[in-house]
Amino acid sequence: MTELGILICGAAGQGVQTIGSILARIALKSGHCAFTWQDNESRIRGGSNGYAIRISDRIHNAPLSVFDALLPLDAKSRTKYLPFLKRDGVLIGGEEPGFRGMALDSASISVRKTGRPFFSNAVSLGALAAVLGFDEEAVLASVSEEFAGKTADLVRNNLELATEGFRLVLERHRDLCRPKAAKQDVRRYLISGADACAMGAWAAGCRFMAAYPMSPSTGVITALSKAGNELRVFTEQAEDEIAAVNMAIGASFAGVRSMTATSGGGFALMCEALSLAGMTETPLVVVLAQRPGPATGLPTRTEQGDLLFAVHSGHGEFAKAVLAPPDAGELFHAMARAFDLAEKYQTPVVVLTDQLLMDSTVTLDAFDPGRFRNQSHYGDGSQDQGYQRYRFTGSGVSPMIRPGSGPGLACCDSDEHDEDGHITENLEMRARMVEKRLGKLKALQAEIAPPESYRISDAEIVLVCWGSSRNATAEAVDEMRQHGRKAGMIHFAEIWPLPDFVLPDVPSLIFVEGNAMGQMEGLVRSKYGVTFSGSIRKYDGLPVDAGFILGRLAR
Amino acid sequence: MKADDFRTRAENQWCPGCPNFGILAALRGALAVCGLRPEQVCLVSGIGQAAKMPHYVRANFFNGLHGRALPVAEAVCAVNSDLKVVVVTGDGDCYGEGGNHFLHAVRRNPDLALIVHDNQIYGLTKGQASPTTDVGDRTRLQFEGVESEPMKPLAIALLHGCGFIARGYAGDIPQLTDLIADAFRHRGFSLVDVVQPCISWGTHAVGWYAERLYRLPPDYDPSDYQSASEKVLEWKDRIPTGILYRSKESKACFGDRFRGETGCRNLTDLEFPAKRTVSEILERFKV
Repeated sequence: MTELGILICGAAGQGVQTIGSILARIALKSGHCAFTWQDNESRIRGGSNGYAIRISDRIHNAPLSVFDALLPLDAKSRTKYLPFLKRDGVLIGGEEPGFRGMALDSASISVRKTGRPFFSNAVSLGALAAVLGFDEEAVLASVSEEFAGKTADLVRNNLELATEGFRLVLERHRDLCRPKAAKQDVRRYLISGADACAMGAWAAGCRFMAAYPMSPSTGVITALSKAGNELRVFTEQAEDEIAAVNMAIGASFAGVRSMTATSGGGFALMCEALSLAGMTETPLVVVLAQRPGPATGLPTRTEQGDLLFAVHSGHGEFAKAVLAPPDAGELFHAMARAFDLAEKYQTPVVVLTDQLLMDSTVTLDAFDPGRFRNQSHYGDGSQDQGYQRYRFTGSGVSPMIRPGSGPGLACCDSDEHDEDGHITENLEMRARMVEKRLGKLKALQAEIAPPESYRISDAEIVLVCWGSSRNATAEAVDEMRQHGRKAGMIHFAEIWPLPDFVLPDVPSLIFVEGNAMGQMEGLVRSKYGVTFSGSIRKYDGLPVDAGFILGRLAR
Repeated sequence: MKADDFRTRAENQWCPGCPNFGILAALRGALAVCGLRPEQVCLVSGIGQAAKMPHYVRANFFNGLHGRALPVAEAVCAVNSDLKVVVVTGDGDCYGEGGNHFLHAVRRNPDLALIVHDNQIYGLTKGQASPTTDVGDRTRLQFEGVESEPMKPLAIALLHGCGFIARGYAGDIPQLTDLIADAFRHRGFSLVDVVQPCISWGTHAVGWYAERLYRLPPDYDPSDYQSASEKVLEWKDRIPTGILYRSKESKACFGDRFRGETGCRNLTDLEFPAKRTVSEILERFKV
C-alpha cells in the first residue's frame, strides 16, 4: 500500500461517521496513517454526507479530490459521489459500468443473522476492510474500541457482522481485494482538530470556556465539557455568543485563562467584546472556526473567508494577534501560543481555523507538549494599596493582578480611563492611553513567527498560502518536484500583526487560499510590496487539495 | 470598615441631586454593615449612569459593555467564589440591552447581588423610554406616549426561580441599606430593584413616586410565594418596598456542582497541568 482514498457516503444519521472513524482506526492499527475529513449537509437526518479517508504509509494530512473505493449507504449518495470514484475504483454494494463493482446486500445479511437490518453497517465495514487488504484482527479490535461501553449484545452483533462482511468478500470477491498490507508495529496519534484544540487549550492552562453551539466550532466545548471534571476546566453553554465572550472576559479578569469558540456569525456578535478586551486589556482567546458566509452560508462546509474580518475585528484601535495553524497537530500548539500571547500582552488573540481543520482527524507521530513552556504573566501589586491596573510602563504592558488576591484592587474600565482604571475625560490622558495600548504592538509583532519556507532555496515557482491550506499546498509542491519542477511554498501560520519578512524573488509567485477575494494575498501584497503572478482560490465550500492546485496551475 | 472607607477619588459624573447618590450611600453602608473589605468585593457594571457606580465605591471592579455586566459577573462567580460579586446597573442596561442575559442569569443562580437603578427612563442618552416606562408616558423619543407594555422584571425573576427579590427606594436610604445587606447575605442570585426618580428626564415627578410607595407591613411573609406573586406585579397605584420574596429553600449556585465534583474551590487556585499529565491524557488518542 502506498496510498488509498476511500469515501463513505449516506444520509445523515445512517452511520457514515461511525464507519469512517472505525476504518481510520483499522488503518492505524495496521501501521498506516489516516487523514479523515467530512463533507456534510446541514441537517440532522437525510441528505447525503461524505466521510473521506486517506490512508497512506507516510503521514499525509491533506484532503484528496478523487477516491479508490466508494461505499455508498444509499442510492442517492451513490449517484452524488460516484463522479469522485477513479475509473478503476471499487464500488462496494453495487455495479456500475467503468468501475469494479461488488454487489453486497448488507441489510439482508444483518436481518438473516440478527433478525433486523440494524447491523448492516458492520457488514459493509467488514467488506470494505477486506477490499482494502486489512487484517481481520485489526478490524475486530477497532470495532470493539469504537463500541466500548455499549451493551454486550451490541458489541457482539457488530463484531459478528463485521466478520461476516469481511469473510464474504474474501470468499467471493478476492479479485477486488488489495494484497494484504504488511503490518507494521507502530502506535500513532489519531486526533480531530476540535479535540486537539480542546487539549491544547487545557494543556496551556485554560480553566474556563463559555460558548454558544455553532458549527463547526462546537466540538471544542464538547470535548472540554466531556473531560471537564477530570481536567478541571469549567465549561458553560451561554445564552448567545455575546454572553459567551463576555463570560470568557469575566473569567479572565477574575484571573484564569479562558476562551470561547464560534464561527463567522457568532464572531460577528463577539466583536464588541473583542474591543472590550482590547480596551480593558483583558487576555482573551477566541477560536474562530470559519465556514462559508456571508450570513448563514454553508454551515457545515469550509472556507478561509473570515481572515480580514478577524484581522480588523472590533471597533477602535487596539493590539490583537491572529494565528492560523495548518492542521490539528499544530492547532494543539497554537492554543498554547495564543494563551501565552493573550496573557503576556493582555489583549485578544484569535485562532483562525475552519471546518476542514475542526472536523478532520490527523495522524501524528509525536505529540510533544514539551514544545511549549507555560509561563504566568501576572505581575506584582496585589499586596500594594497603591496598585494601579493601567500604570504607565515603557512597554505599554501594566502589571496585572487577580482581584481578591490582596489589598491591591483590580479596576478595569471600558471607558477611556486613567491609570487607576477610573473614567476620564482628560484628553491628554486619552492620548497617552492610546499610545500605551498600541505600544504593545511593536513587541507583539516582533514575536510573531515568520512564515514557513518549504523547498524554497532553488525554487522558481513559489506557492504562498496560510492556515489550513498548508498541507495540500505542500503536497502540490512535492508533486511538482517529482515532475522536475522547482517548486516551493511559503506558509503563514501566524498572520497578524504580519511579521517582517522578505518574500523570495522568483519568476512565479502564486497565492493559494480558500476564499474568492484573495484576502491574505491583499494583506501580503500591501505589507511586503510584492505582486503575485497568479492566484488560486477555492470558494465552493470544499477544502483546497493538491489536485485542485495542480489542475489550476496546468491551465 | 466604615461606609466612608469605600469612597474613591474619582470625580462623580451624576447630576447634582440625583437619587443615585442615595443608592451609593446605601451600597457603601451595606458593604460596611456586612463587614466586607474592598479587596473582597467585585463590582461589575455595564453602561449608563447607574453603571458608573463602581468608580465611586472602593473595590475591585469591571466596568464593561452596555447590557453585558451579568455574563462577566457570572464568570467571576464561577472562577472565584470568595469574591462578593455585585452588579450595579440600570433598567435600560439590564432589562433592555441585557434582557436576555438577565433572564438566563436568573436561571443559572450565580451567587451575586444585582442592584438595578430603575428610573424608567434612559438618562445618559437624554430621555428615551426604557423597558419599564409606563404605557402612555411621553418621552423625548416616544412623543405620542409609550405604546408597549412595560416589562415586569420582578415577576420574571420570580417565575425563573430567583430566591431573593426586593424593591427599594433611592430616597429611603436606611431601608435600602438593609435590603442590599440582606441581598449580600442571601446565597444565590438576589435582585434589588430600586425605584430611582430621574430628576432630569423622568416621566414622573418625585412626588408621584412618594405618593405611591409604601413599606411592606411587618407581618408580610416574604417566603409565601402566593403573596410574592401578587406583590411583584403591584405598580401604578401603590408600589411596595421591602423584601417581596425570599425563598426558604437553598438552591445550588452557578459553579457549585463543578466545585463539588472537582473539589476545586476557586479556579484561580489551579496550577498549569504538568507536562507528564498532558502526555498521559494525550496517550488516549493513540491507536
